[in-house]
Amino acid sequence: MRTFIVLLQKELLQIRRNSFLPKLILVFPIMVMLVIPLFTTMDVRNVNVVVVDFDRSTASRRIVSHIEASEYLSLMGVTSEYGVAMKQLEQGKADVVVQVPNHFERDMAISDADKISITANAVNATKGSMGTQYIVQTIARTLQELQGERNPRQMSELVTVQNRFNPTLNYRHYMIPALMIILFILVCGFLPALSIVGEKESGTIEQINVTPVGRMTFTLSKLLPYWVIGLFVLTVAMIVAWLVYGLTPAGSIGLIYLGAALFILTISGFSLTIANFSETMQQTMFVMFFFIMIFMLMSGLLTPIDSMPDWAQKFTIILPPRYFVEILRSVYLKGTTFVELWTNYLALGIFAIIFNLLAAITYKKQA
Amino acid sequence: MNDIIISVRELTKCFGDFTAVNRISFDVRRGEIFGFLGANGAGKTTAMRMLCGLSYPTSGSGTVAGYDVMREGEQIKRHIGYMSQRFSLYNDLTVEENINLFAGIYGLSKAETEERTTELLERLNFSSERKTLVGSLPLGWKQKLSFAIATIHRPEVVFLDEPTGGVDPVTRRQFWEMIYEAAAGGTTIFVTTHYMDEAEYCSRVSIMVDGEVRALDTPARLKQQFVVESMDEVFRTLARGAQRGE
Repeated sequence: MRTFIVLLQKELLQIRRNSFLPKLILVFPIMVMLVIPLFTTMDVRNVNVVVVDFDRSTASRRIVSHIEASEYLSLMGVTSEYGVAMKQLEQGKADVVVQVPNHFERDMAISDADKISITANAVNATKGSMGTQYIVQTIARTLQELQGERNPRQMSELVTVQNRFNPTLNYRHYMIPALMIILFILVCGFLPALSIVGEKESGTIEQINVTPVGRMTFTLSKLLPYWVIGLFVLTVAMIVAWLVYGLTPAGSIGLIYLGAALFILTISGFSLTIANFSETMQQTMFVMFFFIMIFMLMSGLLTPIDSMPDWAQKFTIILPPRYFVEILRSVYLKGTTFVELWTNYLALGIFAIIFNLLAAITYKKQA
Repeated sequence: MNDIIISVRELTKCFGDFTAVNRISFDVRRGEIFGFLGANGAGKTTAMRMLCGLSYPTSGSGTVAGYDVMREGEQIKRHIGYMSQRFSLYNDLTVEENINLFAGIYGLSKAETEERTTELLERLNFSSERKTLVGSLPLGWKQKLSFAIATIHRPEVVFLDEPTGGVDPVTRRQFWEMIYEAAAGGTTIFVTTHYMDEAEYCSRVSIMVDGEVRALDTPARLKQQFVVESMDEVFRTLARGAQRGE
């Protein structure tokens, strides 16, 4: 026990004496939470629209003015030549071309009349599809209005949409829990590994290896400080989310900390295992980057797991962050309770044990 | 056989198809200063690492303080001190913090640690540097501190890998006084060096060439055997035959 205490003291002293680490631990989460949500948004804005108006009727003018009024769409121009519009699309000046056929207003009531056609540049798939969707919505609203004016009794709303748990469909609310997880992966994934490899590079680990320190004790002494740091980072991130974005957990704070505690242990154990197999900082960084890429892109952090191909969905079962992403998002945004998430906690717990045992076992005092 | 503290038989270490240490055998008696000499790349450090439980032998056997080097590495570590070729105390900790760390690791109580720290710092004339970061000390001081820390738990054997490399003559002399003091207290010293004047201070000396022990005796008898005046000449006669370059 005394061995563990002196080792822990040593780790804490080293972290405190480091000119960079304490700043990193405090400033990094604040900066990430302050700045990144401002620009990581999937809301598509400024979709440039050109309208090819062959009809020149009240209806087509109404459509144009609604497009102009939309906060997501910006009208680039109205033309009567399809070629001009296509040229603008090719040159990237327009994202979407809306073509209103001749006699559109006159034939509106006839079922097989010429239809409005929408052409979108889908090189940026998100912008293309979201842009078309916005236009379809805008035009549908215009047409409904027109119909309502002509025949008030027929006026009916066809569809109503309600977004639960993130009522304004604010992408930030979706991103903030993801950013917290990215913070954990970076802070608690890299720092313990670098700390071990740093000792390998400076040779101090050999002085430890020639003493009777148990590898479990040594591994724990590397783990515990970063565990506390991780929970501190979570606290800072949650405070920023509350103060700046007004986002507070809908569910229990205890559940969030429990999930984070398990997740940090898992990711730190993983990082220590990588460190045991690396000789230099570069090696550790590259190997960690490789895994972090997979963690970030496949854990449902940025894109939903449900839309991945079947084999990829199966693969995510062995990715620890996947379980925590689900925990953090649903507790934070939906207020989900332990009863519904206990399998995720169990999975994290099992990963935490596996990776930390692995870290202790692969730590070789004698080669 | 209580007076034999290190006993090695046919100890071998291979890295791939390179045999770093080739079937070496020798005994070290309790309380002696055993000089472990050899040119660069002769396999001294590799052999020493096997004896300290840092490296598994490929074949052969050996005991240190009564424990098997193959199976009881962790037991050996309780009874030895080790000072690596490369300075390996924590540069970002103070003198006192380094002492506390290693004393704590070896299971010394707080009171014992405090007592030994004070005594050790006085002996080294270091009392004023107690709160100095180790990284800012000159090399000679660092080496003396390393030795003091390697012996803080009063080990039975202490392994020193080129402890005086790059150290000035005055400090080198002080260092050897510390070694003598420790040996007088009953600690066995196992030391590698490239300084032949230091080899003369040893009770017995072994000389490794190309992974093998080519000579082992007291400095006086080695000089007699090779019919030369100094250990320097003994060493050069043996090392000239080396096949391995640096």
